[in-house]
Amino acid sequence: MTVTVNGQALETGARSLFALVPDHAGKVVILNGFQAADDLPLAEGDRVTVIEKGVLPPQDILEDMMASRHSPGVFEKVKQARVGIAGLGGLGSHIAFALARTGVGHLHLVDFDTVEPSNLNRQCYRICDLGKPKAQALAEQLMEVNPYLSITADCVRVTQDNAASLFSGEPIVCEAFDAPDAKAILIDAVLSACPDHIVVAASGMAGYDSCNDICTRRVTSRLYLCGDGKTAARPGCGLMAPRVSVCAGHQANMVLRLILGEPSP
Amino acid sequence: MVQINGKPAENAAGLTLSAYLSQAGYQPAFLAVERGGEIVPRAQYDTTILQDGDVIEIVQFVGGG
Repeated sequence: MTVTVNGQALETGARSLFALVPDHAGKVVILNGFQAADDLPLAEGDRVTVIEKGVLPPQDILEDMMASRHSPGVFEKVKQARVGIAGLGGLGSHIAFALARTGVGHLHLVDFDTVEPSNLNRQCYRICDLGKPKAQALAEQLMEVNPYLSITADCVRVTQDNAASLFSGEPIVCEAFDAPDAKAILIDAVLSACPDHIVVAASGMAGYDSCNDICTRRVTSRLYLCGDGKTAARPGCGLMAPRVSVCAGHQANMVLRLILGEPSP
Repeated sequence: MVQINGKPAENAAGLTLSAYLSQAGYQPAFLAVERGGEIVPRAQYDTTILQDGDVIEIVQFVGGG
């Protein structure tokens, strides 16, 4: 039968994982997205990845190894996808990392602002990023996590007038702004001018109420809304990493579901 | 009767969306309004007339991100 080993098709008579990889001791052996500790039966078309810890693999198999814990079939689809992220704060920076790790082929990062110290309590930036444009600082980090991405980073303010043209090339756009009027503007501009675009937005993730109140819902076929829907950032109720990153995780997973053809929230 | 956010809205039929939002105390800048499965573009709030049988959802965004 034919299986794929580290991205290469291989004809083999082996009927089990460890028969295929007899020198598996001390290595990471992954079968169809699952890291196997035990010998498992092999079937035609299986995808096997063998990783030697502490050894930098050749460039041509690194990307395959990076995606080896994905569910089968995901990598090929996300690689073709194009996603816009409007706002690169607590939501947008976490969404970007999740999508970059998942291997979404093209990310368009947009934010007008620069990194300052109060961002560090919930946003994916570091002391060495202080003063840099967020779009640039985030793009640099993402390329260290996944150098196979294509990233466009724009340091511009998104307005009613430029939103639709900025994101015309990305059929899925994440609304990840802080200000509620900016959220409404992006949704209005993109959904009005781009009839096939989908916006995955967020509202309500401040404070430290239960994360179980944060959910994803489908407002229309082209608008999804993540969050608890009510907890605003205000004096006495701050924005902190746990709930903001949970909400960003909802948005990123909804994007992934849309890419994979699963439109239910 | 017009249904808004799951509740019957008396006397809403015949109003423009702008007039209803103003009368109900909403700030249009923080909203998305869904009608019949589509988001109503903000530029059409003044010309969208609420009609008997309309099912409307008004989403109010809160700050944070």
